[in-house]
Amino acid sequence: MAMNMNHSLYRRRRLANLWGIATSMLAMTLGLTVLLWILFVLFSNGFAALDWNILSQDTPAPGTEGGGLRNAIVGSLLMVGLSVLVATPIGILAGIYLTEFGDQSKTAALTRFVTDIMLSAPSITIGLFVYAIAVATVGRFSGFAGSLALTLIAVPVVMRTTENMLRLVPGSLREAAFALGAPRWKVSLSVTLRAAKSGVITGVLLAIARISGETAPLLFTALNNQFFNDDMSKPMANLPVVIFQFAMSPYDNWIRLAWGGALLITLTVLVLNILARVFFRDKTTS
Amino acid sequence: MSNPLPSSAQAAHFLKTAERQRTQDWLFHRLTQVFSIMVLLALAGIIVSLFINAWPTFAKFGARFIWYVEWDIINEEFGAAIAIVGTVASAGLAMLIAVPLSFGIAVFLTETCPVWLRRPLGTAIELLAAVPSIIYGMFGLFVFAPLFADFIQVPLRQVLGGMPLIGFLFGGAPNGMGILAAGIVLAFMVVPFVASVMRDVFEITPPILRESAYGLGCTTWEVVTKIVLPYTQKGVIGGVMLGLGRALGETMAVTFVIGNANRMPTSLFSPGTSIASTLANEFGEAADFHMSSLFALGFLLFIITFMVLALAKIMISRAEKAKGF
Repeated sequence: MAMNMNHSLYRRRRLANLWGIATSMLAMTLGLTVLLWILFVLFSNGFAALDWNILSQDTPAPGTEGGGLRNAIVGSLLMVGLSVLVATPIGILAGIYLTEFGDQSKTAALTRFVTDIMLSAPSITIGLFVYAIAVATVGRFSGFAGSLALTLIAVPVVMRTTENMLRLVPGSLREAAFALGAPRWKVSLSVTLRAAKSGVITGVLLAIARISGETAPLLFTALNNQFFNDDMSKPMANLPVVIFQFAMSPYDNWIRLAWGGALLITLTVLVLNILARVFFRDKTTS
Repeated sequence: MSNPLPSSAQAAHFLKTAERQRTQDWLFHRLTQVFSIMVLLALAGIIVSLFINAWPTFAKFGARFIWYVEWDIINEEFGAAIAIVGTVASAGLAMLIAVPLSFGIAVFLTETCPVWLRRPLGTAIELLAAVPSIIYGMFGLFVFAPLFADFIQVPLRQVLGGMPLIGFLFGGAPNGMGILAAGIVLAFMVVPFVASVMRDVFEITPPILRESAYGLGCTTWEVVTKIVLPYTQKGVIGGVMLGLGRALGETMAVTFVIGNANRMPTSLFSPGTSIASTLANEFGEAADFHMSSLFALGFLLFIITFMVLALAKIMISRAEKAKGF
């Protein structure tokens, strides 16, 4: 029996399908090519600039040879470290509030909404804000101001990941603890938070990754420092701002160091992201 | 069998424990609440402090600041129009390029990609979304701009520059910097981000809908355009707006390549400036009234991105609510 088929319609549909799939594959190839190209450029320029001097010497004066990024690396570590120390407890407690107490509360819903927006808010305006409250009032740029700006960016990240991870903890676990007569705070801290531990660590790692590469909020807060400085109440060198300054300069040596610094930051961020994934996978499979 | 009822001494003891625990819980509840409200305080603090610092400028120019085409530091005549046009144009061009690309990537990852490749490719895209934006800026300045000048600007100007009506779009010095170059670099930056949001939204389409469509004989493309896309419409728009919010507020990827000129851009190739790049370039040396005008720019940027992001968030949460199938 001959099939009664509308051949022209069939052909048209098949062509449209082919066209659609081909363009989506093209988009994927194009996207991946560009992104791999960026990574390739970064790695080839960055590795060419990496040597031990980067870790052992301070940033060189304009137009001179040699030098490294020691002061910038130390400054970044100090500021990021302090921010994480402050942001982690705040973010975790706030995240606990959103999951354990925030289901019926309007404030919690509003907080959740605002947190989500703060996650993508322009970081340069956070730099402006911190300049207004912690630099203009004190009269000088400082590592503390830089750290405060980074904390403001890190808290929403920790908060939202903590909330999402706590929500994955089965309700029966909570109910079992309540049935034993445990008070809420004990249930939150010793049962749910412990059950979601690896997920919360994921959030902290992601927050570190996020603030390690932030440049804009440090421009007007920590500023920069040509010299080695471990006093956080003074202007402080940091990798992102040094990279920005060096890359925009006309000096070849500075540009070389900027690539080296860019590679260091990107490697840190990628390793942290991969670690976060490994932690989270352990949690979901076990 | 022992007496199940506690003695009165025991009962008093239990009651005391319960009371203590209730106080502890109340304290714990309030403590965590205080920390979460700090986010709201930060938001209010940002808006208020930016506005207070911008006040001298708003007091002098009023609402005219927004459309006043002037940025004269010496004569203290400031308007936001140049920076707003640069911001909106570069972010708009970025989205024009990034949206179709991200859509294609998301379609590929959810529909046509072999299953064993799905996870590694998806992870690669997500990792790229985490690369700091300054890397995109450096790539734009050192690698992209020279190639863009030689292989895109010069040929485009030769072919289209003489055409009536659209010819003016391609004028200007072909040095690789400018609004279009900034838009393209921004597009590279937001593609991984928008693509991973879109993929996540596509995945909330119930498999049963998709399978029924395939069962009726739909082609892959028909399933995407007639089932998945209508079903996830709000989420897709939300994802695009999330990307737009990022692009509008981005500093580093733009500052390196936009050209940093305080002039109204007249073509796609002419150098311009965005709000964020003006701030990054000028704030360090600004004082008094100039600084207050920069705060005014920052205030406008914050309000614009806040609205875009809020709308994006509402769209996405509606899409997720509709998931209840």
